[in-house]
Amino acid sequence: MLQQIIQILPQVLVDGLTLGFIYAVVAIGYTLVYGILELINFAHGDVFMTGSFIGAGVLFFLMSIGFLSSVPSLIVFIIVILIAALATGFLGVGIERVAYRPLRRRNAPKLIALITSIGISFILEDVVRFIAELKTGNYIITAPSLFKTQYHLNIHSIMPFFHNVTFQASFLVVLVVTVVMLISLDIFVNRTKWGMAMRAVAQDRETASLMSINVNRVISVTFFIGSALGGATGVLFMIQYGTIDPYIGFILGIKAFTAAVLGGIGNIRGAMLGGILLGLMEMFAAANLSTITHGAMGAEYKDVFAFIILILVLIFKPEGLFGKAVVEKV
Amino acid sequence: MNIKRLIPLFSIIVLILGVISGCASGSAGGGSKAKTVIKIATQTPLSGPEATIGDALKLGAELAIDDQKAAFAKKGFDLQIAPYDDQADPKKGVANAQLIASDSSILGVVGHLNSGVAIPSSEVYDKNNIVMVSPANTATAVTDRGLKTVNRICARDDFQGPAGANYAVNTLKAKKIFVIQDKTAYGSGLAQAFRDQAAKLGAQIVGYEGITVGEKDFSGVISQAVAQKPDLIYFGGVYAEGGLIIKQARQQGLNIPIMGGDGMDSSATVQIAGDSVKNFYFSTVVGDVTKTAKGKKFADDYKAKFGKNIESYSAYGYDSASVLLQGLMNAIDKNGGKLPTRQAVAQAVRAITNFDGIATKVGFDSKGDNNFAKIYIYKFNKAAYPATQVSEITKK
Repeated sequence: MLQQIIQILPQVLVDGLTLGFIYAVVAIGYTLVYGILELINFAHGDVFMTGSFIGAGVLFFLMSIGFLSSVPSLIVFIIVILIAALATGFLGVGIERVAYRPLRRRNAPKLIALITSIGISFILEDVVRFIAELKTGNYIITAPSLFKTQYHLNIHSIMPFFHNVTFQASFLVVLVVTVVMLISLDIFVNRTKWGMAMRAVAQDRETASLMSINVNRVISVTFFIGSALGGATGVLFMIQYGTIDPYIGFILGIKAFTAAVLGGIGNIRGAMLGGILLGLMEMFAAANLSTITHGAMGAEYKDVFAFIILILVLIFKPEGLFGKAVVEKV
Repeated sequence: MNIKRLIPLFSIIVLILGVISGCASGSAGGGSKAKTVIKIATQTPLSGPEATIGDALKLGAELAIDDQKAAFAKKGFDLQIAPYDDQADPKKGVANAQLIASDSSILGVVGHLNSGVAIPSSEVYDKNNIVMVSPANTATAVTDRGLKTVNRICARDDFQGPAGANYAVNTLKAKKIFVIQDKTAYGSGLAQAFRDQAAKLGAQIVGYEGITVGEKDFSGVISQAVAQKPDLIYFGGVYAEGGLIIKQARQQGLNIPIMGGDGMDSSATVQIAGDSVKNFYFSTVVGDVTKTAKGKKFADDYKAKFGKNIESYSAYGYDSASVLLQGLMNAIDKNGGKLPTRQAVAQAVRAITNFDGIATKVGFDSKGDNNFAKIYIYKFNKAAYPATQVSEITKK
């Protein structure tokens, strides 16, 4: 039993990391907004989904003008991800302007904003579905794959207790891009003036505004960054899995939110680690549950496994792995 | 003030008058004909995501009714079609069934597409003795309830899984099979039936795993499959997940045959899986009718009349309606050329044992299942839909 688990461990790590990094970046979107507004922005999962669709749209457009064949796919990818990130960034700012700011101005209870975010999530899903169906006649979109090269890591010959690992070039792209995003966000929040302003607003909105910080603008910037990261991850998701539909944001959003809670909501590094952990746990469970339980529980219980761990962590550390009991967010 | 209130009142009155006059002219038009009207209802989704297939079923039935119109006119009956839209929704299906029951000129129903809609609706038909011939409902419960009015011309779900298993073990010589299902009633039912039959035939089931509908990453399950080194993977589920499973399995280097059920019978499977779809097999209840001369003629007639190419289910709509009309004709003859009761029609339809349709021969057993129903196995040789039919398996 143990032997089999160890054999497929490298492959599980590769797949788990892919999923985990995607969770991690989406989780940051939740954690940023929560840190500043104490609002769980349920629409974030669908911003991620919208990003993947915008990416697919741009990709199809570039393909139709013959751009794809003349330029290396890495450049195409960078163009696509930048456009998608910008578009979803502004989408996030727009959502905040239209839906959340009026509520905040009227001092509406936080629950109202939460419900509004669920409403926005439905609107996004159906608008995207409508447009996709109008354009292609089918709302399940399959994007052309950019990074198809397969790599075989021959670990088996070096360490005979492992099986070999197979992955696509897109795995490396996902890994590199998410790590770059995570590190630059960390630097942005901790080292720049805007980052300092964000942390200040998160700590105390009123006092921050007294220190001549434009709170509304900081909130807009936060939404822009969170949504742009989410949208860019949507593009990565599309590149990695190839197929997208308007409902991918729902399950993934909930899991990313869970990851944020696991890491301690409001804490950026916590969200990163929570996402990676959740991805690894899920993939480990999917690959090994039936081996461990001798077929009594199959891979379909992977979410149960992952969430039991979440509950256990929260019982012993309710503020999450990285959260601090005191109020210090972002 | 008063005028403002009167405007909507007037508009409502005008609307009501319009509706009434519309009805009046309709009934006057119907009454002017001397022949007795017989209507055959169709109940399929004509709107929503499944409208393409629902419409194909309806058009097939319409063609059958038009073909038989002259024969019925000779006997003094005016044959008409009454299409209903069940929206693939059980509630709507039952509501329509009530409407159908209250229209005494309707003597039979061709429908439905979805078993979930057919089961509650057929309860209503049965209460009113209206015979139903289903072109596409494969769920076992449709006929297993033993209703006298419910018949189907397609195969049953519990035949599809075993048929697939027979093909996998006997023809593809699979010895170690890894089964994946999507935890839905359809997917897990199919996968279980497949697993049991494959095990009975001597194949070793090296894994039986579930996935969640709506997810996109199945690499966990796939790496487990890789570790077990199977020589065939069976997937019970629908194309949205199945396409990705095929693709991700190929990415991890599993170039073995993969097999699925009729939920994979869609052009979207090719779209999602791309080139990986090669060497993928699926079983389905719908055969390729254009292989026979009769079927080709049907396809041409269909195209000439409706301006559309046939869908795989069109011929089943046609055959269902034809069987129904055959039963109706028998009932009329038995009744001395007079209009038979609904009950008599239901009995006459059930009594059919040897009817030669376009897509399939039809003969009902005591439950209303078709004795001649077949399962067809298709294979993708290239990344293009439709796939190639490689085998057909008859129940007997």
